Amino acid sequence: MDDDLITMDDMTNEEIVSLLKDAERLLPVAHGLEYLPLLQGKLLANMFFEPSTRTRMSFETAMKRLGGDVVNLGDVNSSSAVKGETLYDTMRMVDGYCDIAALRHPRQGAAQYAADACAIPIMNGGDGAGHHPTQTLLDLFTIQQAHGHLEGLTVALIGDLRYGRTVHSLSHALARFDCNLIFISPAQLAMPVDIVSDLIAAGANITETEDLYGSVPDADVIYMTRIQKERFPDEDEYMKVAGIYKLTAADLSGAKGEMIVMHPLPRLNEISSDVDETRHARYFEQAFNGVVARMALMCRLLGVAIPSGDV
Amino acid sequence: MSAGEMRRVTAINNGTVIDHVPAGSALTVLRMLGISGDRSSPISLVMNVPSSKHGRKDIIKVEDRELTQDELDRLALIAPKASVAIIRSYSVAEKREVSIGAELVNIASCTFSNCITINPREPQDHRLRVVNSDPLELRCRYCGRPQEMDELIDNLL
Ligand SMILES: [Zn+2]
Repeated sequence: MDDDLITMDDMTNEEIVSLLKDAERLLPVAHGLEYLPLLQGKLLANMFFEPSTRTRMSFETAMKRLGGDVVNLGDVNSSSAVKGETLYDTMRMVDGYCDIAALRHPRQGAAQYAADACAIPIMNGGDGAGHHPTQTLLDLFTIQQAHGHLEGLTVALIGDLRYGRTVHSLSHALARFDCNLIFISPAQLAMPVDIVSDLIAAGANITETEDLYGSVPDADVIYMTRIQKERFPDEDEYMKVAGIYKLTAADLSGAKGEMIVMHPLPRLNEISSDVDETRHARYFEQAFNGVVARMALMCRLLGVAIPSGDV
Repeated sequence: MSAGEMRRVTAINNGTVIDHVPAGSALTVLRMLGISGDRSSPISLVMNVPSSKHGRKDIIKVEDRELTQDELDRLALIAPKASVAIIRSYSVAEKREVSIGAELVNIASCTFSNCITINPREPQDHRLRVVNSDPLELRCRYCGRPQEMDELIDNLL
């Protein structure tokens, strides 16, 4: 593995599987049941050039649970980036201060650009409409945790498949593990054709439909996403598709027992709260899994081996 | 170049002859090479001559200047099949071809409007990865977007 994580293409399937094993091992550490200060003395730079409280907190928690410390870029509105400092200059400074950095930036390509400027490992925490690989890692971990493997699963992705980079990255990753993908969306939010053709070229088995409820019995994973108002030119267009997919506990009566419902959160109204009480709901664990996935990733990028569970 | 084609342009004493430039792109090639009309030595262009290899082509002769391999490689974007002769005392002293490496560095900037490299103050090299060399397919090293050739010509550096 490269010493940065910019896109999922930086990792082989074997490296992904191995990292997910490390994440599993770190669960009790993330829960605070075991103290394992593997990264004591290490400093993480949280460089969030656009706000994303959840992702920033997840990186911060991961570092602190492993005994390391964190410095934050600070409020984007008052920091030097907005006052005109280049990303290059900012990252060269951070390169001297810290041991590893997580970066989120409104411009696409920012993470690779920072990685080229820095000697320390860079973790892409989202660059414009580009990549968000740690989200993909935590999604894969959640799926693997529920099913014990990734290969050959049937995963239904629902909602905004056109603009959602989360579902794009996840689809690419699942295609590498020979999953069957069901894309469910209104026509105007369908998965972009170039991504579909890339996935088919990679050997993915793809079904496209507008029917969520008929797909429930086949699915091993139902991955819901929210449909955002700001994607639409006007209120009328939005209202046509808003709330088109709303999953309730009753809709899941025909589902496989071990099927899980995921969502990158925050949700609007696409998963009703009665699903929370079913055995299928996995979105809160999924959010928490971001911590273990990022713990495992930071150990990997900093070259720190994780001791086995019986320490 | 056949003898007949050669006669279309005056022979030069010293300099560089660039042959097999795609028809109509000679002026763009000069611009990419940073050669302008205000230099003291002559530049000759022949445009739209019939070519034995591919339809029609342009030929450029630049007197009193020997283009380096690095300069020639800048032509990968618009004239990847150009062949180049360095002329000394009216005869061909060296032949060179355009070579395409793994990346085009500082030849053109990414055309995607939200790419990090759009900020002109960002100092690192502009890098376009060569995904395929024939036909030429390029992606920005940073944002990963595929580049449209006609848009890229407007972004030459
Ligand atoms: Zn770019």
